[in-house]
Amino acid sequence: MSRRGALSGEFFMMGDIACAEGAISAGCRFFAGYPITPATEVAERMSRRMPEVGGTYIQMEDELASMAAVLGASWGGVKAMTATSGPGFSLMMENLGLGIMTETPCVLVNVQRAGPSTGLPTLAGQGDMMQARWGTHGLYEIIALAPSSPQELFDLTIRAFNLSEKYRLPVLVMTDAEVGHMTEKVVIPPPEEIELYPRRLATVPPEEYLPFKPDEDLVPPMVNFGQGYRIHATGLTHDERGYPDTADDSAQWPLIQRLIDKIRLNKHDIIQLEEDGLEDAEVVVCSYGIAARTALWPMELARKEGIKVGLLRLITVWPFPEERVRELAGKVKAFVVPELNWGQIALEVERCAAGRAEVILVPHPGGGVHKPERVLEAIRKAARR
Amino acid sequence: MEPERHPMDDLLREDRLPHIWCSGCGIGTAVTCFISALLKSGLDLDKVAVVSGIGCTGRVAGYIKLDSFHTTHGRAIAFATGLKLANPELKVVIFSGDGDLIAIGGNHFIHAARRNIDMTVICVNNFNYGMTGGQVGPTTPVGARTTTSPYGCFEHPFNIPYLAAASGAVYVARWTMLHVRRLERSIGEALAKRGFSLVEVIAPCPTNYGRRQRRRTGLDSLKYYHQKGVIKHGANPRDVDIDLDGEIIEGVFVDIEKPTFSDFCQEGLSRAMGNRGP
Ligand code: SF4
Repeated sequence: MSRRGALSGEFFMMGDIACAEGAISAGCRFFAGYPITPATEVAERMSRRMPEVGGTYIQMEDELASMAAVLGASWGGVKAMTATSGPGFSLMMENLGLGIMTETPCVLVNVQRAGPSTGLPTLAGQGDMMQARWGTHGLYEIIALAPSSPQELFDLTIRAFNLSEKYRLPVLVMTDAEVGHMTEKVVIPPPEEIELYPRRLATVPPEEYLPFKPDEDLVPPMVNFGQGYRIHATGLTHDERGYPDTADDSAQWPLIQRLIDKIRLNKHDIIQLEEDGLEDAEVVVCSYGIAARTALWPMELARKEGIKVGLLRLITVWPFPEERVRELAGKVKAFVVPELNWGQIALEVERCAAGRAEVILVPHPGGGVHKPERVLEAIRKAARR
Repeated sequence: MEPERHPMDDLLREDRLPHIWCSGCGIGTAVTCFISALLKSGLDLDKVAVVSGIGCTGRVAGYIKLDSFHTTHGRAIAFATGLKLANPELKVVIFSGDGDLIAIGGNHFIHAARRNIDMTVICVNNFNYGMTGGQVGPTTPVGARTTTSPYGCFEHPFNIPYLAAASGAVYVARWTMLHVRRLERSIGEALAKRGFSLVEVIAPCPTNYGRRQRRRTGLDSLKYYHQKGVIKHGANPRDVDIDLDGEIIEGVFVDIEKPTFSDFCQEGLSRAMGNRGP
């Protein structure tokens, strides 16, 4: 391993560390954070590694500042990330909105723990999935990825950076304490084999450049501060020049429409799913993150009992794969949705199934993982319909 | 014939004028002093960034024709910290108001000063929240009437220079908006300083603050500054509190040298890592 650059090779690695290394492989050179269990290892790793790769680590005074500093670093021309957990995620909602409004590429990792409030700091939860979708005020689309293993934490952190640059928005990596603290084999490919999406910088001269005028794919090319373009960006509703336009809804319409459409119309590119045994399934286990992983064993037991059960694992949770769930709803008896909360993604599945297939939630308050019997019981129940 | 241009036109977003500020407001004068200081500074203007928060002064970033960012309420300094560390070539100026920087953003203010991040903060202090209609704020003097202190303010205010100095700022100055030349000179000194510099600008908000203290116009406030302003360079920042009707001590209170965050990073990392670095 080279001490200087990104790692490559096979490692026995903790999820949080794999996340940090994924960021480094993606070209992240700025990390601002605030200590919080169970995400602290990401910060610790970054504090050690950033100087080795020529990046900057700074521990901010709180999570409000961490997210703000990450946005600032991104406009300074550097790929930037922060990592936190529930209470810190709540604080980051403020500047997540600013990042969406000013179309700032960056990555926010949430190693979820059980809440609400201080909750169970060291134990896993998946209670922030709806917060990820709707947590900052106003209307927007977001991208959130849900890794199920340390390897995926590595891979999806890279993907998060790529998506954030491609679509110009903060991308969320929604993992949890189980995956973040799990140690497993992680394969890191040589740097030249890792595909990176570079920042799409403006090619026109300053006098022709409009900072928020989109290309055909609805994403505006960016400039970094200090390039001589002398641009303005604001959290206020703005026109293509980046100037506030707040007297009525005339700028709000096209801006919001575009911020939403740049994600919705590119769903096919953003959504990533893992499917297994869906061809002839009667029952679909639809889950994500650690809950999808712990569902594998009960699924196997159910198959031994002769139940035709398939897996739809949401690697991309937001935008939600509506079309695929709708399609499956017309073919299967029921969806079983185990998640470490009291029904968040299950609501989305229900919305898309629209009564055509039953949706059975397997809830969990967080603080552990599902017992296999509970998921198995739900699958059996679903198969009896 | 070319129409005559104002010497500051190049640094203003003319297509955004007229600005939103009230007549008699002090913010415009602070901007003028800033631009004059900038033009004299010899800085490469392509490498100057202005960051603001929310409020009347928070709108400054939107009018200055440099790379400029209008952040969320209170977070200008935190955003600027990331910007500066990501691109150390930039001269980063935070231009915002007392409520934004000292109340909701107070934590970022003291921590950036403590770390001695290389940035210049220009804080326009008008003792109230102007944009939202004149509410009590962290700098409102005891007894002052505002829309949310109808019986007079019952809170001790922050003394901004003292707060900055105690937190570690290397340059701290205060001027009322009456003293434009001195204000301009101080902004120039702050821009030239390496480390966390603060210039507090005492400015009228006739619309919301002044008129409730029987100073209805900007001119009334200027007269008041003329009567009550006392220049004391080198005054101990702890002694420069501002009372409702007391004197306003002005001057350069702190001008020291000390390593910045980046200096410590560079030094510490080259010592710790030897040739391990990139
Ligand atoms: S409300 Fe006060 S601070 Fe705001 S623009 Fe008017 S005079 Fe200036």
